[in-house]
Amino acid sequence: MAAHHLAGALLTLLGALFLFLGALGIVRMPDLYNRMQAGTKATTLGNILTLAGLALYHPSWALKIGVIALFVLVTNPLSSHALARAAHGAGVPLTEGSVSDALAEDLSPEGGEAVES
Amino acid sequence: MADVILELALVLAGIGVLLASYRLLKGPCPPSRAVALDVLTLITIPLLVGAAVMTGRAIYLDVALVYGLLSFLGVVSLARYFEKGV
Amino acid sequence: MIYLDVFLCVLTVICAVAAMVTRKLVAAAILAGVVSLIVSYLFVRMKAPDVAMTEAAIGAALSTVIFLIAIRRTEEEER
Repeated sequence: MAAHHLAGALLTLLGALFLFLGALGIVRMPDLYNRMQAGTKATTLGNILTLAGLALYHPSWALKIGVIALFVLVTNPLSSHALARAAHGAGVPLTEGSVSDALAEDLSPEGGEAVES
Repeated sequence: MADVILELALVLAGIGVLLASYRLLKGPCPPSRAVALDVLTLITIPLLVGAAVMTGRAIYLDVALVYGLLSFLGVVSLARYFEKGV
Repeated sequence: MIYLDVFLCVLTVICAVAAMVTRKLVAAAILAGVVSLIVSYLFVRMKAPDVAMTEAAIGAALSTVIFLIAIRRTEEEER
């Protein structure tokens, strides 16, 4: 058994742990925006770590797996940002314990002035 | 031993699929289901690459590449729908 | 790995039944996208990567976009 097999498998296990924690955050969080926070950040990190571990496990495919990882790294924050902004525009409510809504203050004209001064 | 650890990692990602599909089936508002779809996509791409590595055929990587390229389009069109556009 | 495949088969059936019985059209479109996602993984496990690639292209992207456009165009008559 080569050493890079063991290192790649351990890195894949770490990434899968992050994927599992992101999915757990999807279930446990009370609010859409908290769910998106847990679900997209942790899952992007887990995805990149898992793909890096699998590329280390099978080094002759590293270029192709790197292209997949690069594509996920570019597109996933973009799509989650678009989804969060669309949900805020559609009026999905925040949870009770939240203290401020910076995007609503920023979009309303007098609130923007108050932040500005 | 490395094979066992790799299989354990893929099973752990499968438990993540179970949790995300709970939110997908129960989700109170449609954007929550869209977030669950995003998370399911991000979990399935390593499952596809893991299946490619464990069977040793390089053609399976192309499926993961096509999926990563096109699921972005689905999530962005969902966001455009929620923003009353399309 | 066979446990994961059996679990994903069961999950596919559950998502398909939920897409049939739900009353919200957007949720049904998202559930149909998830069904095609998991079916694509199962096609890869059944050693058919070309069918899996077609399923990923058609089911995940194109049919979701077409469903959403159709829901948007017809939602005045729906309510």
